[in-house]
Amino acid sequence: MARRAGLEISLDIFERRDFSTVGPGGCNMCGGIISESLVQTLATEGINLPPTVVERGIDSYVLHMDEGSVHIETPLHEKRIGSVHRGAGPRGLREKKWGSFDGHLLDLAVGNGANLIRGRVDEIVLSDGKPTLGVKGGEASSYDLLTVATGVNTSTLKIIENLGIPYRSPKTTATYISEYYIGNDLVEKTLGSSMHVFLLAMDRVEFAAIIPKGDFISVCILGHGIDDKVFHSFLGHPSVRTCFPEGWAPPPDHCHCAPRMNVRGAVQPYGDRIVFIGDAGASRLYKDGIGAAYRTAKAAANTAVFEGISSAAFKKHYAPACRRLEFDNSIGKAVFLVTKELQRRGFERRAVLTMTAKEQLKASGRRMSTVLWDTFTGSSSYREIFIRSLHPFFLGTLFRELAAALVSRADGWTVPSPKKSPPAEVSQ
Amino acid sequence: MESGALGKTYEPGEVIVRQGEVGDCMFVIQSGRVEVVHTGDGREVQLAIRGEGDFFGEMSVFEREVRMATVRALDPVRVLTVDKKNLLKRFREDPSLAFRIVENMSHRIRELSERVASAGTTE
Repeated sequence: MARRAGLEISLDIFERRDFSTVGPGGCNMCGGIISESLVQTLATEGINLPPTVVERGIDSYVLHMDEGSVHIETPLHEKRIGSVHRGAGPRGLREKKWGSFDGHLLDLAVGNGANLIRGRVDEIVLSDGKPTLGVKGGEASSYDLLTVATGVNTSTLKIIENLGIPYRSPKTTATYISEYYIGNDLVEKTLGSSMHVFLLAMDRVEFAAIIPKGDFISVCILGHGIDDKVFHSFLGHPSVRTCFPEGWAPPPDHCHCAPRMNVRGAVQPYGDRIVFIGDAGASRLYKDGIGAAYRTAKAAANTAVFEGISSAAFKKHYAPACRRLEFDNSIGKAVFLVTKELQRRGFERRAVLTMTAKEQLKASGRRMSTVLWDTFTGSSSYREIFIRSLHPFFLGTLFRELAAALVSRADGWTVPSPKKSPPAEVSQ
Repeated sequence: MESGALGKTYEPGEVIVRQGEVGDCMFVIQSGRVEVVHTGDGREVQLAIRGEGDFFGEMSVFEREVRMATVRALDPVRVLTVDKKNLLKRFREDPSLAFRIVENMSHRIRELSERVASAGTTE
């Protein structure tokens, strides 16, 4: 963008992680889903994600509830969601077949002229109003603009909070991510090109997903106070078991982490010559964190290139992008309250499953399916999802299914579906 | 590796967009090549060949006209569909996203102008 605007800039990227390293040393601790809208936007920017980086193209979702499961397909039958590992792969990786997503982006940046400085930033000061950064054992350098893209799992944000600027880091919650090696063939057989999402009546579990990724299956759980006990009780749930090969048991040693994720944006994610992007600034609630990082990065870059790098410029031109995300997240909280309600009552879950399953038999008019698709994929804003859910046809059909589910017997009820996948078997 | 291939795959000769149809998306080629052909007076003329990283069908994002050419796969080609609605929403939020498309369209106009000029000189 700077090049197009005729602006000569020099860019130093400080990165302590080596993305060619397997395990925690090269990982940015994330579910690793590139949303449908981000895949399209990146392609429009000229950034295509090759199959050497994307470990599985995803074209469908399976929603699991206590009463059953429903398969939700994209209308185009096209793989437009990508699952990736942020680093070279989890601990226990037997063969490096795919490259790191973050490594791929870093290579593109370096290829476009950025200078990569390896090392952990352990000193940040403001010297004559200019940010000055130093890495351990290296000389400090002064910059015109500092862009903070550290995420929230770092002590660097505390250093910055002590600079005497109004910035306060985001409010976060813990997530739990585990990676299990089962081999590419079994991943294909058990999960195929579908991501599995779970709305189960389980204490403390708000939302969970199982993502196929190359030779691995990633399990991500969001909720309150998720610990080993909750995690293992989730893995033992009958709906969850269907996503793993028959007879599979979690190995005692596997790659797992409990990173924090942004649930409320930072206070004033900008200042004179400093701007915070991605999780360190503002993100999207429970989904599409990489998409939010891209959007805030673009908004910050547009401001810096066309409007300036003062606090006033960021306030006028960058802060609105963060506010839009925060406003949308407040609607998202209402959407997740509704899904929480669904998790509690059996007849509501049956109504949603029936409505979705019936829609999947039709070529058009898939209102519940698109609402669920967009809620879980991050393809649309929560505002759009909310507006779509107010459509009279949507509400009319939902109330009809709710009434039917309320008067019907729960026992013996099955999801109306023409498709039934054969159970996966262990072949290793 | 193919498990991570994004988009949809078309076999050689398969039509991806058809002249005269109404379009509501554009396409970005992920791998392989396509040919762009125009049919008029019963005659088919090849307008261009596009390869990896190129896009086609972008006119339907900006105009409410039918597709002015047919695009066919030359090789096994993998193509990503970009929805008009999604793209317009993103343009509204980040107008700089349109730069690359505008640059590309400008380049194509330049190419066409040169071809028209050279056709005029040879007559």
